[in-house]
Amino acid sequence: MTQYSEKVMDHFMNPRNVGEIENADGEGTVGNPSCGDIMKMYIKVEKDVIVEARFKTFGCGAAIATSSMATEMIKGRTIDEAMELTNEAVTEALGGLPKVKRHCSVLAEQALQSALDDYFKKKGLPSPIILKPEEEVHDH
Amino acid sequence: MINFDHAAATQPLPEVVDVMKPFLYEQFGNPSSMYVEGQAVKEAIEAARTNVAELIHSNPNEIYFTASGSEANNFALKGVAFANQKKGNHIIISAIEHFSVLQAAKSLTKLGFEVTHVPVDAQGFVNPDDVKKAITDQTILVSLMHANHEIGTIEPIAEIARVVKERDILFHTDAVQTAGTIPVDVDELQVDLLSMAAQNFYGPKGAGALYIRKGTRINPLIDGGIQENGRRAGTENVMGIVGMGKAAELAIQQLPERIQHVQNLRDQLIIGIEANIDEVFFHGSRENRLPNNANFGFRYIEGESILLFLGMDKIVASSGSACTSKALKASHVLLAIGASHEIANGTILFTLGIDNEEGHIKLLLEKLPVYVQRLREMSPLYEKK
Repeated sequence: MTQYSEKVMDHFMNPRNVGEIENADGEGTVGNPSCGDIMKMYIKVEKDVIVEARFKTFGCGAAIATSSMATEMIKGRTIDEAMELTNEAVTEALGGLPKVKRHCSVLAEQALQSALDDYFKKKGLPSPIILKPEEEVHDH
Repeated sequence: MINFDHAAATQPLPEVVDVMKPFLYEQFGNPSSMYVEGQAVKEAIEAARTNVAELIHSNPNEIYFTASGSEANNFALKGVAFANQKKGNHIIISAIEHFSVLQAAKSLTKLGFEVTHVPVDAQGFVNPDDVKKAITDQTILVSLMHANHEIGTIEPIAEIARVVKERDILFHTDAVQTAGTIPVDVDELQVDLLSMAAQNFYGPKGAGALYIRKGTRINPLIDGGIQENGRRAGTENVMGIVGMGKAAELAIQQLPERIQHVQNLRDQLIIGIEANIDEVFFHGSRENRLPNNANFGFRYIEGESILLFLGMDKIVASSGSACTSKALKASHVLLAIGASHEIANGTILFTLGIDNEEGHIKLLLEKLPVYVQRLREMSPLYEKK
């Protein structure tokens, strides 16, 4: 079980921003139990800035750690900035992930995209986000 | 480290290591050589063969050493298939076999053999009637495991053998999880071939064996010299074979007390988990079960996360989760007994051994409920009651 970096283990053992946001401005769920991970992400937005981000994840250590890191990275960012967040950036911030666990970081990116898409829709705005189909999120 | 993963590997006993050491350095002679040095090594191999034969109540000339249980399984399936292909091309296995049987069978289908996978029930049992129904006039081999490596279910091999033996069909059992762990008798089981591995009973890795009943038609997997009576060429892994022999000797002596020890602890573990954690799914049979095996699905959470937490307390176990498998697929055994993907992904397998003690169970039962609750509170599937 030493396949994870210290940062990953820290975010797994002490995950940041676990929970739900009632009446969230955006929420998104990706994954399914057959793949072994489900991520649910919630955002609260004030004046175009993400003031709160929370998550709930069913998944392995990498899934929980990437959810935690992704929510940390978008807090205080504008919607435009959050839209730019990539799975590579989340992975890098965690000090890397084992190759077999990279799909977990893709899932975190997709959960965020899904929450942002929901945000635009709730505001009645055209969503600039193109959600990838599930198969691409999880290529196994 | 607290090892609850004995199905993966057991630590070789000191007595086993001691008998192996001389063959690493001083006793390097080739057992096929005529001179004294080679002959002494040959004698050590034959003594080991006698012990391994005794472990499963067979004769030494029916024991063929291999490099692993997987090799023994491949040898049984492919060797029998190739030697009997004029008689027929049909093989029967179960849905919950070890990968070495599943994949060997799959390889044979590419060569024109037909394979039927008989199903198992919710506890993992193969129904002898299903085997009977699957038999055709082309069937040459039935291969069913003695006990399952994940859910611990012990199959009714002797009962199934009666069905198989009504016809002129060979019967193989993968006994990697049982030989050296519970009593195994090839005549009671009525099998023609039986696979075992030393690392499952406190012997070394790289040492396995296939029992082949006298008169069984089988081709070698490895062609070459006359080692292993011409059925498995290649200079012998003397150190491993000698270690396996000692491990078999010790298993014969200690089997009843070992069984009592692990079963007592395993029962404490099962009772403790079911009393302290809600929404757990017990997998396998409660009665016909390996004495060292407990397998639970923890609803709403994923197995690798549980193992990571347990790892912090130096407790190791195994999981049926997709995330812990390199192929990212949930356990085929759990899916075959009807577990949902969610439960299969949240499954932990505990396999106990002689090095476990009561304190290990106490620590596990103290920590596990806390970790399960922490993970459930993070899970989008969980609603607190």
